[in-house]
Amino acid sequence: MEDWRKNKGAFAIFLGPASFWLLLFFVIPLILVWVYSFGERGPQGQTYLALSFENYLRAIEPIHLGIMLKSIWIGAISTAVCLVVGFPVAMGIAFAPSRWKNPLLLIVVLPFFTNLLIRTYAWIAVLRTRGFLNFGLEWVHEKANWLFALAGFPAALGEFVPLELLYNQYAVVIGLVYVHLPFLILPLYATLEKLDRSYLEASLDLGAGQWRTFFSVLVPLVMPGIVSGALLVFILSMGNFLVPDLLGGTDSLMIGNLIAREYGAARDWPFGSALSFMIMYPVFIFFVINAMVARYRTRRRAEV
Amino acid sequence: MKTMRGRFLPRISRRAFMQGSAAAVGISFAGSAGRSWSAEEKRLNVYNWDTYIGETTLGTFNARTGIVVQYDLYADNEELFAKLKEGNPGYDVIVPSDYMVEDMLALNMLTPLDHSKIPNIRHLDGAFTNPAYDPGMKHSVPYMWGTIGLGYRKSKVDGPLVSWADVFEPERAKRYSGRIAYLGDMRAVLGCALKYLGYGMNTTNASEIAKARDLLIATKPHIKTFAEDNGQDLLLSGEVDITMEWSGDIAAVMEEDDDLTYVVPQEGSNVWVDNLCIPTGAPHPENAHNFINFVHDVDVHMEIANTIYFATPNKDAKDRMPAEYTENPAVFAPQEVLKNCEALLSVGEHTRLYDEAWTAIQAS
Repeated sequence: MEDWRKNKGAFAIFLGPASFWLLLFFVIPLILVWVYSFGERGPQGQTYLALSFENYLRAIEPIHLGIMLKSIWIGAISTAVCLVVGFPVAMGIAFAPSRWKNPLLLIVVLPFFTNLLIRTYAWIAVLRTRGFLNFGLEWVHEKANWLFALAGFPAALGEFVPLELLYNQYAVVIGLVYVHLPFLILPLYATLEKLDRSYLEASLDLGAGQWRTFFSVLVPLVMPGIVSGALLVFILSMGNFLVPDLLGGTDSLMIGNLIAREYGAARDWPFGSALSFMIMYPVFIFFVINAMVARYRTRRRAEV
Repeated sequence: MKTMRGRFLPRISRRAFMQGSAAAVGISFAGSAGRSWSAEEKRLNVYNWDTYIGETTLGTFNARTGIVVQYDLYADNEELFAKLKEGNPGYDVIVPSDYMVEDMLALNMLTPLDHSKIPNIRHLDGAFTNPAYDPGMKHSVPYMWGTIGLGYRKSKVDGPLVSWADVFEPERAKRYSGRIAYLGDMRAVLGCALKYLGYGMNTTNASEIAKARDLLIATKPHIKTFAEDNGQDLLLSGEVDITMEWSGDIAAVMEEDDDLTYVVPQEGSNVWVDNLCIPTGAPHPENAHNFINFVHDVDVHMEIANTIYFATPNKDAKDRMPAEYTENPAVFAPQEVLKNCEALLSVGEHTRLYDEAWTAIQAS
């Protein structure tokens, strides 16, 4: 096949629309928000352009840093749970007979066909004090009590006390994991699918056990899929504001909620923009360092 | 602000509206050359809160005038403001609350009204015709009003609630620990706490706001959640037994469950008024005046009030409404409580004091 570098015209034709799209709808708005972040809030909530670092000084106040750290923490927990739940699922699909793969993938993607709001509201109906989960538990409790009564121990289990499952951080994590699980399963599946199975067979043939093969051979081989999936889930979870809004309790404020409030009720777009960029700067720095490391490595490889 | 549905229902008509308004601009532009204002094309773009109009209102308006109404919905004042902030995208009638009218006036976002084209304002109760946020109703006509109070389940609460202390004082709120919900609205919650402490709802005094903040932080362990405009659903489903809510929302669930009731605590609360206004740059100002006048027609207005169960400022309509509406405490708060209530005013650059207090409460 011809190298694309040799046919720059065709390459430009294909890349042009996408670049234009990115520039118009991603780069320019981003620059706008960045410019806002140095602005000032007018008395009625107008956004005045200025060159003020006040918003950033506000953003690094302990209370706001605390909210960011908490968001990172919640995001990390959600990502970890997604990994634990999603890895076996991705493996199951990748190693399933090929006629099963498409239906299984469809099941993973199917929830996307329902609006996110409806799905989040559904969790309220499941988790609340008088929700489906508690109804189910009550039923089990009742039957167990009945059995105990038959065995001669009436009311051995006492009155059923519904579990408080909603309006706390657990509910937020459950919601975030549920919403973002497909974002982990899909990239992971893609990597597992391409994996050369003979590595696993070789490992097993050479005497490594199942666990050893999994952790020493499989996991390192699919690391790129794990990283990209986990990164997606982490970023989306950390910035989510709908799930903590609907499922969270009184202490579930996350950075996304704060930014949404600054753009909404507080009408302080400059501060909201500064908060957004406080999250983006580390990401930028990470990518810059990443690129530098990559360049350094290629140079070293060239020298060797 | 009014209902949960208000905030989260997808806005079905948005695309249709965009097409409609694009066409509207074209047609009115072509038409403006020869015709006068009164020959405005038969279209009107209304932007209102969800579940905030009668079931037959728009149909009747169309039948009487031939004007086709494009009806769009928003969930709170801030959404409305954000939409119009950078210029009117084509709306003719909007329904901002009191403090928002004040802010919009400061930014020249509202058109002066021609009272000669709205004769039905004669039906309005005198108490509403000279509001502080828009003296003389020059730019706004009151639509509905209401209060913020406590909706609660009678069988689960010791005696009738009368004071904010039951939800704001840690020692008293303890009895209902985990069964109380607050609104998720910073000015509403802090404002009611300020009223309880004996301060003004619109104070810009940092130490008063700090006291309200500290009180709320101390009570927070007993609060189940800050309800995202769905407090009435939490109450109805038994998730909480006491909730801070907008009056009409509780009135709606009281219809479904006799065990629920509503009270405006004696220390006073927020009384708000939503207003019909014409935003600057409205493409059909003539039709907009026509619509505002129509809404205050006594029969039309009665049907609206009967559907949405908020309090009406239209005295002639109220006089003809049944007692279950006029005597309903969740619709009309008693006069002796109402005199302690305050309207929310814009606090301008001091918004930051409230914003930071609210962040501190939520992050604690």
